[in-house]
Amino acid sequence: MATAFKSYRPPVMEPSEEGDELLEVAMGPHHPSTHGVFRMDVALDGERVVKLKPVFGYLHRNHEKIAETASYLAAMPYTDRLDYFCSLTNNWAYALAVEKLAGLEVPERAQYIRVITAELTRIQNHASAIGFLLQEMGASGTPLMYAFREREKILDLFEELTGSRMMCNYMRFGGCRVELPKGWLDKVKTVVDGLPQFIDETEALLTGNEILMARSQGVGVLKPDLAVNAGITGPMLRAAGVNYDIRKVDHYGIYDRFKFRVPLGDHGDIYDRYMIRVLEARESVEILKQALKDVPAGPIMDPKSKIRGFRPKVGEAYGRIEAPKGELGFYLISDGTGNPYRYRVRPPSLINLTVLEDMCLGQNVADVVLIFGSVDIVLGEVDR
Amino acid sequence: MAVEPDLKIELGKQGVFVTTVSEIYNWGRKNSVWPMQFGLACCAIEMIATTMARYDLARFGAEVFRPSPRQADLMIISGTITKKMAPQVVRLYNQMAEPKYVIAMGACAISGGPFKQGYNVLKGIDRYIPVDVHIPGCPPRPEALIHAFMTLQAKIDAQPLTGSERPRHLDAEAQGLFPIPEQSAHDLEPPVNRLVWPLPASSKPAENCG
Amino acid sequence: MKTAEEILAAIKLALPEAGVELVLNPSPSAQHSLRLDPAHAVAVASFLRDDAELALDYCSNATGVDWPSKEVTEKVKVTKVVDGADTAVEETVKRVEPGYLEAVYHLFSMKHAHREIAGPVVLRMRTINRTDQVELPSLTPVWRSAEFQEREIFDLFGIEFTGHPDLRRILMWDGFEDHPMRRDYVDPDDYEYEPTAHDEVLKRTAEHKAGVVA
Repeated sequence: MATAFKSYRPPVMEPSEEGDELLEVAMGPHHPSTHGVFRMDVALDGERVVKLKPVFGYLHRNHEKIAETASYLAAMPYTDRLDYFCSLTNNWAYALAVEKLAGLEVPERAQYIRVITAELTRIQNHASAIGFLLQEMGASGTPLMYAFREREKILDLFEELTGSRMMCNYMRFGGCRVELPKGWLDKVKTVVDGLPQFIDETEALLTGNEILMARSQGVGVLKPDLAVNAGITGPMLRAAGVNYDIRKVDHYGIYDRFKFRVPLGDHGDIYDRYMIRVLEARESVEILKQALKDVPAGPIMDPKSKIRGFRPKVGEAYGRIEAPKGELGFYLISDGTGNPYRYRVRPPSLINLTVLEDMCLGQNVADVVLIFGSVDIVLGEVDR
Repeated sequence: MAVEPDLKIELGKQGVFVTTVSEIYNWGRKNSVWPMQFGLACCAIEMIATTMARYDLARFGAEVFRPSPRQADLMIISGTITKKMAPQVVRLYNQMAEPKYVIAMGACAISGGPFKQGYNVLKGIDRYIPVDVHIPGCPPRPEALIHAFMTLQAKIDAQPLTGSERPRHLDAEAQGLFPIPEQSAHDLEPPVNRLVWPLPASSKPAENCG
Repeated sequence: MKTAEEILAAIKLALPEAGVELVLNPSPSAQHSLRLDPAHAVAVASFLRDDAELALDYCSNATGVDWPSKEVTEKVKVTKVVDGADTAVEETVKRVEPGYLEAVYHLFSMKHAHREIAGPVVLRMRTINRTDQVELPSLTPVWRSAEFQEREIFDLFGIEFTGHPDLRRILMWDGFEDHPMRRDYVDPDDYEYEPTAHDEVLKRTAEHKAGVVA
């Protein structure tokens, strides 16, 4: 078969001098900076990376197999544990896929609640990602402390709404699980009013910081055509300059009603990814301000949907949302019974790791940790 | 020979501090337990949140989380242990220096948790290494982790220095290195370490358990 | 984006010898798929990616599905000799529909992302059977995003992708020998002393109790 088309493979790098031996280092699975149990087999020529192969599966918890023996509803708590920072967006992605499969409609009030919780999740995820990135850069915890301080405020809101800080299990097929508590929207408004000041504070400390700029500008560059071909999504793709935000492309939920911009980067390096996350957090605050103004009254569940004994018709569906890490999709095949025949999670973190080798080749080994941190992965999603 | 608490307080008011060797030895040990940075899964995020400003674990003595097992006293197993990861966990435990303690945080570390029926999930880390404190929860709240830490401190405090109940590091014959399981074609070999996780002694188990 | 029928027509126009057929999806999502013949799959895939009008340059999801063989009972009209005359008699015939493994790809277009969309373009490829003829061409040279996902399909289902640059296990360890996501996979026997045993687990704990398994 003639391979006349363009195929994007990483370049093969040779050691610098004849007869030089390569140092092979296994970074992980127990490593302070690898965001979990992840291993990279790195071949080094001095300080330069010549080859990098990621190894994962250390957190492979058989989510897809368990979901085949569980009902559709019973798989919902497991989706919390995929990207364990952002359980509410995981829930929404799964609920969206099932609603596509079964043809369910979501009432207005539930749509507003979904948008509010998703944008709060996005803000706390980006703040934590920046905090962890700076910790790996050597800032030893201070930006992380600031980020977690805001995160605690948002987690308090989630706890009041859903009963749990992290594993919320809140979305249902056709709406949300439980009605908003009294006064919750006012509390959200108080938190949202304080968020611009927090982002300003973080930016004042970090954006113009010489060490951050020196260590991250020009490091880990990702070109847009490789990014598209490798299936990168999320802030990494937009930092490379490709305008693709599923909230604007798929028009899911009620995002069309809110005015918000999609920030794009110029260079595709670590600094751009950091800036994109800050700017996206600001845009999320804008969406929240607009959404909080007019949350309508009404039911929060589709009256046609059944909680127990849910048996969608035979068929399949693929539903996706713009999760904070990228495109989170669920592919479901139904055979008419109460359990899915095939339940597949399309994990953004795993696909975003496809180009880890390309970005790290030729860089110093100290930058590998930073590049890896800027991809912002969660092992629960990579390994499922 | 311990001194009565009332007498101790009276003497303390006079400026005289009386204690026993085991009390002061354990006081020093329990107030400076340094955990190892070992987050596996979702519980790791709650562990990090416990060390952050709101629930500060450092005020209990867990000042620094050391990445190296040689410098750590406590391994908080936070998250699901898979069969792919299990040999590394046991290896890390072997590399820690005595005295060392293990907290199994979360349902997954105790027994496999919600993922118990998975083919790659190890159904509890206490199959291979001895665990001192188990914390139920999925994930347990930061307050629960602090409570577990205080329970561990109470346990350390109650350890006598001599006698049959003495801790492992003062016992020359105690088992120091635990065997590391191998990854075979279908499962781990051996699937469980019987010295650490013995079969229950009761002769008549209940109807529906083994 | 166009509907599946329009894309099928475009493929047939560009590559007339490629075997592509439409597979309808009865659910309300109406995401119909195109089943590709493995011999021409890479050519069709590169056409879909490089065509200026379609520009399906983003492969979002690549996954495997296991369809085990199933027994089908049918009523068939058979001519038989009854009382010396040929009559048509209905007989119930049992036959076994062979099982196969399937690889499913979901494609989107990032270049034309802001046009009217109608759902992903779904491609499917089937292996010949589940036991020894499990090869399919790899679409990694066309879309790099399939690299890790095809490794995962190989690891968990057992489909061997020819042309994949680095086909080895990704989630399970290298010495592992089964393909766990198949429907007939048997879990290793490592349950003991469940407080609320039921179904399979109850059977196994009964065997442990009886001393059948050590």
